[in-house]
Amino acid sequence: MMTKSAQRLTLFLLLAPAILWLGLLIVLPHVEILVLSFSERVAPRVYAFGFGNYLEFFTEPLYWRTFARTAGMSILVTALTLVLAFPIALYIARVAQGRLKAMLLLLCLLPFWVSELVRTLGWMMILRETGVLSYVLQATGLTAERVEFLYNDGAVILGLVYGGLLFMIVPLANALESLEPAVVEAGFDLGGSRWTVLRRIVIPHAMPGIVAGSIIVFMLTVGNFATPVLLGGKNGLWFTEQIYAQFITRFNWPQGAAFGMLLLLLSSAIVWLGLRLTGQSLGTTLKQA
Amino acid sequence: MAHSTDLDLVNVIKRFGSHAAVNDVSFSVAPGEFFSILGPSGCGKTTLMRMIAGFEHPTSGDIRIRGQSMIGVPANKRPVNMVFQSLALFPMMSVGENVAYGLTCRGVSRAEAEERANRMLERVGLKDFGERRVTALSGGQRQRVAIARCLVLEPTLVLLDEPLGALDLKLREHMKIELKQLQSTFNTTFAYITHDQSEALVMSDRIAVMNQGRFEQVGSPRELYHNPATPFVASFVGETNKWQGEASAASNGSVSVRLPSGTVLQGQGKEANKTSLAFVRPEAIALAQDASALGALANRFEGRVSAVLFDGANSSLLIDTVGFEQPVRAVLPQAGPLAGIEVGAPVHLGWTADAMKVFAA
Amino acid sequence: MNRPSFAWKLYIAAFYLFLFAPLLIVAIFAFNASPFPSPPWRGFTLEWFTGSGSVFGKPGILMDPIWLDSIGNSFKVAVPVALLAVLIGTVNAWVLERAEFPGKTVLAMMMLWPLVIPGVVLGISILAFFSRVANGLEDWLQTDLDMLRPGLPLVVLGQLSFILTIATLIIAARLRKFDRSLEEAAFDLGASRARVLRTVTLPFLSPALIGAGLVALLMSFENFNTTLMLVGSDAPLPITMYGQMREGATPAINAVSLLLMLGVGGIASVFALTSKAGR
Repeated sequence: MMTKSAQRLTLFLLLAPAILWLGLLIVLPHVEILVLSFSERVAPRVYAFGFGNYLEFFTEPLYWRTFARTAGMSILVTALTLVLAFPIALYIARVAQGRLKAMLLLLCLLPFWVSELVRTLGWMMILRETGVLSYVLQATGLTAERVEFLYNDGAVILGLVYGGLLFMIVPLANALESLEPAVVEAGFDLGGSRWTVLRRIVIPHAMPGIVAGSIIVFMLTVGNFATPVLLGGKNGLWFTEQIYAQFITRFNWPQGAAFGMLLLLLSSAIVWLGLRLTGQSLGTTLKQA
Repeated sequence: MAHSTDLDLVNVIKRFGSHAAVNDVSFSVAPGEFFSILGPSGCGKTTLMRMIAGFEHPTSGDIRIRGQSMIGVPANKRPVNMVFQSLALFPMMSVGENVAYGLTCRGVSRAEAEERANRMLERVGLKDFGERRVTALSGGQRQRVAIARCLVLEPTLVLLDEPLGALDLKLREHMKIELKQLQSTFNTTFAYITHDQSEALVMSDRIAVMNQGRFEQVGSPRELYHNPATPFVASFVGETNKWQGEASAASNGSVSVRLPSGTVLQGQGKEANKTSLAFVRPEAIALAQDASALGALANRFEGRVSAVLFDGANSSLLIDTVGFEQPVRAVLPQAGPLAGIEVGAPVHLGWTADAMKVFAA
Repeated sequence: MNRPSFAWKLYIAAFYLFLFAPLLIVAIFAFNASPFPSPPWRGFTLEWFTGSGSVFGKPGILMDPIWLDSIGNSFKVAVPVALLAVLIGTVNAWVLERAEFPGKTVLAMMMLWPLVIPGVVLGISILAFFSRVANGLEDWLQTDLDMLRPGLPLVVLGQLSFILTIATLIIAARLRKFDRSLEEAAFDLGASRARVLRTVTLPFLSPALIGAGLVALLMSFENFNTTLMLVGSDAPLPITMYGQMREGATPAINAVSLLLMLGVGGIASVFALTSKAGR
């Protein structure tokens, strides 16, 4: 057996990578942007502690409106994703058997592994005025000229829902998997209609999956960058774009840091809310995904 | 140098916090002996075995193999090998690689290790199984691989931790005989732990009955069966009838026990004037159709058969007996005048004072 | 519920069509003999893969240094990320499953945080922090520390920050399933601790190690948000694609996308095969 001090040394060495990782890549960087966010420029090259960056956020309509729009649209996207994904997840979990089931699930996952940019390129090619949809409409004579389907909220929502579907289906399917067929049969046996059984038995049982999926989709949507910018153009107006603008274009790091903290706050608040609703811990929720 | 014992435990104590899982155990195992430790779950036998193997360290006391103390010697350096309860065969290796594993650890060349492993597999009846995957074997075959893996290292002592638990009944019966034969063929010392008293009785040269961290009795299977030293041993080993009452008038080892119903029993025991437990084995109870045939017996009663429990050679009768609250259990006669006795039939029963052991409760 | 209605089945078919339509369109138009990635179809060509530029003015991806460099940069980031993720992920998994120490639950929870932090925020935080560190160290050491400025090394760090979490979870899940009596049996048969690790524990873990490595590779290759904030003059593939998609692209971008899809499909198959073998 190892001596006590040899054991201690081993433990220390084993812990070192984790501590370095979390310390240098997570904790300290976030302390840095927290501090930055409170750095006000009082004179050229002179910074002092202040709330100026946050004030700027609340007083400039562009900023807080974009933030509210991002949050609101993300909720809409999450809801749409849930509604669209539910029948699929239900089918995969309850109806499909064996190889069909495995294949359907795998097919859902494949688009996820391909980069977000490829997915967005696909939608651009379909929706833009020189794209497939416009071409088909012209070729069949339904429209005379090219139609632009991009650069509006609809396109952005479409792209975001598409990206989110994959993250909603897996937790939902997992949650629905555990529902005993006998329970559903009992529901019908006692006189329930398909709608009643769905509403009062299936959906409540799937709640942990619904919440897990919703948290993940909301998080990813709110933090998305490429899809709103490419599919929405100037009308995209997603908050992540503001962060990018401040950091990279304007080099106003303190302002960007403040925006980053606000985004983090929004994302964390939703995660925390969702966890409270289901009474689960972060670990178990992530295991659903 | 040849030592008279292969394993010695001297006053071994193991404490977890304030709880003593093993509470002052001492015993010796002779070379070539099949020694079993028998006890219910939680009695400490697994902890004891793990200390011998080297996975736990005694809080105090000594463990010696062939006279050499093993305290401080790590498990991978002891001349002891263990067959685990789950068998712990390595799924990522073939059968041959499993058996050869210990040899390769010792630096034996691949080729020689493989050869010795194959020879050992043949000796346990698994010829040409070397290339097979471990997952493709039946329960009995896995058993033999696990044992071969230990025996190929020619250890001083082989420890077996309830290896037959996962097998079904017929296979278990078969493996009991096989294990016994393997042990005597290789003449290796076996230390076997189990909660199944039938396994211990059939296979062992000597058995230690363990309860709550202590050995209650150590002896040959017959000794334990016919002369239990404590009430625990009397009820744990084999089937028995058990009654509680007040003991009185001890002389020359004879004791009278008065049951709450007023019945008085004559038995063998030491303690008097105490609440006591009286034990009689079912096979010690004689049955007859009329009382005169039992005239010489110290304990004679009459009753009615309440149940016939047929189980082949292990069949028994439950008899509602006058003066006893619970039915008395006797062996079902399958030959002679009482063969074919049915429920409801009247019957006389009796036993000698020698056959009834009395202990203080 | 076990007799799905026709409407339901129709929905599912439509869904999968919807799911794959964009990807199919991207793939098909990689072979379009047109200088623009849009209809109409002008004929089949491999120009956008192997062309030298003589036909449409712009070379195919396998001949274009812009694309080749970009793919190279992606590998330069993904390979170190995958290797480090497996290595450090294994150590972390060991700590989580085998070690006991005060504060272990806190540490375990902290390891999950990177998954709930938006990628953009991960990026800017690391950018800001290492900038400050670089400024400080450069003054002190009187040299340039380009490694800590926006560029590929910083991208590696940014991606590792959350990929490490995923790798750790994958490997820890596998380690938890390990029957420790196998290690005891090996030890009992005379193996040294190192030998037990080498011959019993690691072979058992290997499917998870390979899986974690492949997942890390894929996630690194396709990462955008965090990479965007940390990138310098050398751009990995998604960044280059993004730039082209904003300014106007040739079907070369379709060609690269198709290669990405095939590559992903290939790795996913390897992954599926190794995880079955590990059963």
